[in-house]
Amino acid sequence: MRKMVTGKNNDTESNVIGQSLAHESAIRQLNGKARYVDDIPNLANLKHAAVGLSQVSSGKILKIDLSRVKQSPGVRDVITVSDVPGHIDIAPVFDGDPVLADKDVLYHGQPIFAVLADSAEQARKAALKADIEVKQYSPCLTVEDAKYLKSFVRPKHQMKMGDPSSVLTHSGHTIKGELNIGGQEHFYLEGQVSVAVPEEEDRLMIYTSSQHPSEVQKLVAEVLGTQLNKITVDMRRMGGGFGGKETQAAQWACIAALFASRNRCAVKLRLPRMQDMQATGKRHPFVNHYQLAYDMEGKIKAADIEVNGICGHSADLSDAIVDRAMFHADNAYFIEHCSIEGHRCRTNMVSHTAFRGFGGPQGMIVAEAMMDAIARQTGLDPLTVRKNNLYNTDNRNTTPYGMKVQDNVLSEIIEQLEKSADYWQRRESIRIFNQDNPIIKKGLSLTPVKFGISFTAKHLNQAGALVHIYTDGTLQVNHGGTEMGQGLHTKIGQIAAHEFGLDIDAIEVTSTRTDKVPNTSPTAASSGTDINGKAVQNACLEIKGRLANFFAELCDGSPDDVTFNNKIVSLGQDSIPFVELVQKAYFERISLSSTGFYKTPKIHYDRETGKGRPFFYFANGASVSEVTIDTLTGEYKVDRVDILHDVGKSLNPAIDIGQIEGGFIQGMGWLTTEEVSWDSNGKLTSNNPATYKIPSIGDTPLEFNVDLYERENDEATIYNSKAVGEPPLMLANSVWCAIKDAIASLGDYKLDPQLDTPATPEKVLNAVIALQNRVAEE
Amino acid sequence: MLQVDHWINDFMEKRMISFLLNSEEVRLSECQSDITVLDFLREQKHLTGTKEGCASGDCGACTVVLAEPDRASEKLVYTAINSCITYMSALHGKQLITVEHLADSGTLHPVQQSMLEANGTQCGFCTPGFIMSMFALYHQNTTVDHQQITQALSGNLCRCTGYRPIIDATANACANRQEDKFDLAQPVTLTLLDDLATDQAGVPGIYIPKSRAELADLKETFPNARLIAGSTDIALETTQALQELPEIISLSNVKELSTLEVKNNVIEIGSAITLTELENVICEHIPCLSELLWRFASRPIRNQATLAGNVANASPIGDFPPVLLALNAQIVLDDGINTRAVPASKFFTGYRQTDMQEHEWIARIDVPIPNKNNKVRAYKISKREEDDISAVCAIFNLSLANDQVCEVNTGFGGVAATPVSAVKLATGIKGKPWSDIQTMKAGQKILSSSFNPIDDVRASADYRNKILCNLWYRFWLETSQQTIPVKTRVHAHA
Repeated sequence: MRKMVTGKNNDTESNVIGQSLAHESAIRQLNGKARYVDDIPNLANLKHAAVGLSQVSSGKILKIDLSRVKQSPGVRDVITVSDVPGHIDIAPVFDGDPVLADKDVLYHGQPIFAVLADSAEQARKAALKADIEVKQYSPCLTVEDAKYLKSFVRPKHQMKMGDPSSVLTHSGHTIKGELNIGGQEHFYLEGQVSVAVPEEEDRLMIYTSSQHPSEVQKLVAEVLGTQLNKITVDMRRMGGGFGGKETQAAQWACIAALFASRNRCAVKLRLPRMQDMQATGKRHPFVNHYQLAYDMEGKIKAADIEVNGICGHSADLSDAIVDRAMFHADNAYFIEHCSIEGHRCRTNMVSHTAFRGFGGPQGMIVAEAMMDAIARQTGLDPLTVRKNNLYNTDNRNTTPYGMKVQDNVLSEIIEQLEKSADYWQRRESIRIFNQDNPIIKKGLSLTPVKFGISFTAKHLNQAGALVHIYTDGTLQVNHGGTEMGQGLHTKIGQIAAHEFGLDIDAIEVTSTRTDKVPNTSPTAASSGTDINGKAVQNACLEIKGRLANFFAELCDGSPDDVTFNNKIVSLGQDSIPFVELVQKAYFERISLSSTGFYKTPKIHYDRETGKGRPFFYFANGASVSEVTIDTLTGEYKVDRVDILHDVGKSLNPAIDIGQIEGGFIQGMGWLTTEEVSWDSNGKLTSNNPATYKIPSIGDTPLEFNVDLYERENDEATIYNSKAVGEPPLMLANSVWCAIKDAIASLGDYKLDPQLDTPATPEKVLNAVIALQNRVAEE
Repeated sequence: MLQVDHWINDFMEKRMISFLLNSEEVRLSECQSDITVLDFLREQKHLTGTKEGCASGDCGACTVVLAEPDRASEKLVYTAINSCITYMSALHGKQLITVEHLADSGTLHPVQQSMLEANGTQCGFCTPGFIMSMFALYHQNTTVDHQQITQALSGNLCRCTGYRPIIDATANACANRQEDKFDLAQPVTLTLLDDLATDQAGVPGIYIPKSRAELADLKETFPNARLIAGSTDIALETTQALQELPEIISLSNVKELSTLEVKNNVIEIGSAITLTELENVICEHIPCLSELLWRFASRPIRNQATLAGNVANASPIGDFPPVLLALNAQIVLDDGINTRAVPASKFFTGYRQTDMQEHEWIARIDVPIPNKNNKVRAYKISKREEDDISAVCAIFNLSLANDQVCEVNTGFGGVAATPVSAVKLATGIKGKPWSDIQTMKAGQKILSSSFNPIDDVRASADYRNKILCNLWYRFWLETSQQTIPVKTRVHAHA
């Protein structure tokens, strides 16, 4: 065994780590030359696929007549599920996701057949000509329906600490609440797309916009009934993913592969936006209930929380998503006696899936609802209530699932933020403003976020990398993570550059490919940099070890003293340009390539007991939002937002701030204007961007202050940084709470308004009227 | 018919659609009538920098810029448009600029450089569209404020950044404006465009008349051809409903339809006038409509769409028909021989139906400028402030004589199958003192039972009814001269 070099040069000032380097593809993105799957040029003999979707949400298929589809101009091939040579089910974890509808229709918009034609337009027009008869069943669409029918995709799960029922029974101060939480459409700007290219015999090359190339490889092989080693998946970049391309990109790759295999031609399947919205899953809507007991200091004594995820027709990732909602129903607050129960409701809807936060937001919002409810009952400021309930560092620091909250920085973050955002002064000004203004009201809220980092499916917490050094001293770096805009490849490039003491332009991070790094995990759970960064670092350390040994032999010194800095490798008085050492090593037949591997330590969770340490660590943050609402129309404006967020030691502050700002606005959209709606037959009515409104540029608060709380992660993550992808989304809870605060002003802050999400102007107006009526009654 | 065939053969001889694609001269003698500019760029020219995000003009990933000579200043005017809902007819005589053309031999354009420095790209899919909208703003040669930036970028959605870096990048680029390669090339470009514009416009299936007479002849020859101006609505029939438009007649170059004049306190708006062209005149003469105009769709849509298009499609949720109702506007219809003026109140006859006959087209719309003493307000309520369709749109136009209500003209969108007025409101409160809250309440009572709106994806019927009454209350608060003015708006530009 060669001795590994310890990261000595990590102690010196780095010219890459911690620097705000631009996104590695920024220039290509800016001049239109960044290539997405739909932009791949010169594919010979390319044909285009389209899918035909069901027009009912539940039923038995009686007849599929595709003769008119086949006769449509330009059509080359048509397939249904009976044409699938291998596995039909492409479900990621549990069964239940047929690649094309199999006997039954499970949701409105389910793909029933697919058509291949010379052009996309011809394929899409042909797909409208099917004659399909379905014996319709009455669809199950709500939590109520699902519970009545005992319709669940997975068994329920419970986490429990102490004796909540007894405390709740005996407490004089209890509150009950219910919260309907809307779903969310991912609205990645680049829709779902895959290209399958036949290669020799039965080999296939797949280009896909997917967060999980390894799963695409596996599922394509399975539907074709072939071996995984015949299929290669290449994924350079996505035009946004947000979880929507974690499991649900695979179906389109499988359909393209089926056609490519049958017809021996390259096939592209790109969903038009409306089909993308109809046929792919969304953030789970939830219906949550709580009952809590509190004392007059506003401290929560006990809570009984039930979360109900609307999962759609199949399990997909819903088991883990509802688990994560449960893991976050405490957010940052210690609940001595606590029960959290989670139900996974099966409905006749598209199968809801991963979306940034992965159930966490839907759980965490319950905790914030409870804090506001206690504040209105006790008359304390909501911030005081929140501070009184925070996890402590020495005691009161066990979560309902038995994990100790270490590295607890939230009270410090909140203290800094309430000062920098001038919370108490503004609280006073808002009180005065609201007294003076009968129609327009202002609200203010500070909410924290504590978000657990790691996949809760333990086996996914592993990553691989492949690093090559070429003889001109440049590197190609490959790893299992995918680039969807989050800057993963930029950070990976920084890590490799730093390890070898090189400039960033010496590093080329190449597309994610299943033939370079096998059996990868999805780029999800905010873990991209944590696990792939470590794997890349390990690959670099391996090569560094070889180079250090070699150089130490040349200089007659110890490999431990070799350093890599500023493109120079040094040992005591001896030094050599990196590129020269690489060339010498090549001639000495020293391998300049290595794989790297990483698995996250310390994590475990026992579903039987509901106890464990599912997370390696927590990422923390807090935000203050100020809003203005119109009590006549329910319209509102987010006037100012201040954020302080914990990214550990930032690898790239510009990218981290970008994640925080973008996550916040996406979370704000989820809680305000983004209303996913279905009609009473289960048909999605918010099925295009004219009816589904993500935040636009005018929704960005005029004053938007974002700061990093830079403190090294206590855990040994890559350079002691922290994950940043998902946690900031939940900072937007302060917007929802601020709107409620503005409404509560109408009852002198003594009543807690009922405000389901998304808080559209209509919901805000209804909450205003309901509160005014309650005031009138009292 | 022989005669007609002969005429059309003559008319179509040597016609083409001629334009500059970046710096390349393109002359098309054949072109599919309903291919969009986006598909032309991506599929025929392999210029894949321009992206398809929605194919419905809602996301802006497909934004490109058209440069055309301004007759008055002899300079190029740059406008951002959605290429996904624009047909090729819109290109004749213009320069179509795509994102690939902005950098100057390897050096990024100032708007690109600024975006790079502000870390304004993440996934990058929306980036080319933003860059093109920023480029168009950069060329407007004005100092820009926050509102102009949000206006210019109102048609571009970004799902990654939260927009803050994009706002900063735009402000920085525009504040440090320097001559770019487009300014330097302007004389050459103008000469090239002059030359291209001498080509007679059109290809079989796409007819581009220059005069009322040509329009009349074409309409007679091709009775099934669809009339288009901005095509921002009709294009959805091909890109979303997958229908075909084998024949289109573009109104955009008809000189009689391209006039915009203020005569005798009436704004006469030719049917080829875009909403952007209308902006200054409206803001000058009826400033209380400016917010409604700014919130009408997005900047790229307004650069293409016309008031006449919004009126002709007669959608019950269009934002301008209610204005026309409340201001007693007239729609002037033409068939090439006769013109007739129809009051807005008579024009909308049913769900997406109008009084316009098959052989007619809208020549212009005459909007009277309200008396200065009239109280006029235009309110739009939607989920999102920008680029959203109204849940309710309400326009109130009240005339008073010494606090006595003389006339109340109203127009509403989103509350019925057509744009409507509340006729009973006018009779119900006539002669009553406006400063008396009882007058307001009487109006609310009338409004609350005037319409039967529906539940849909944008709002419930209940909300629509509540809003109607509350907007009336807001109107009263804003115009009844309260002793202490009451704040009534959350939006900054109100």
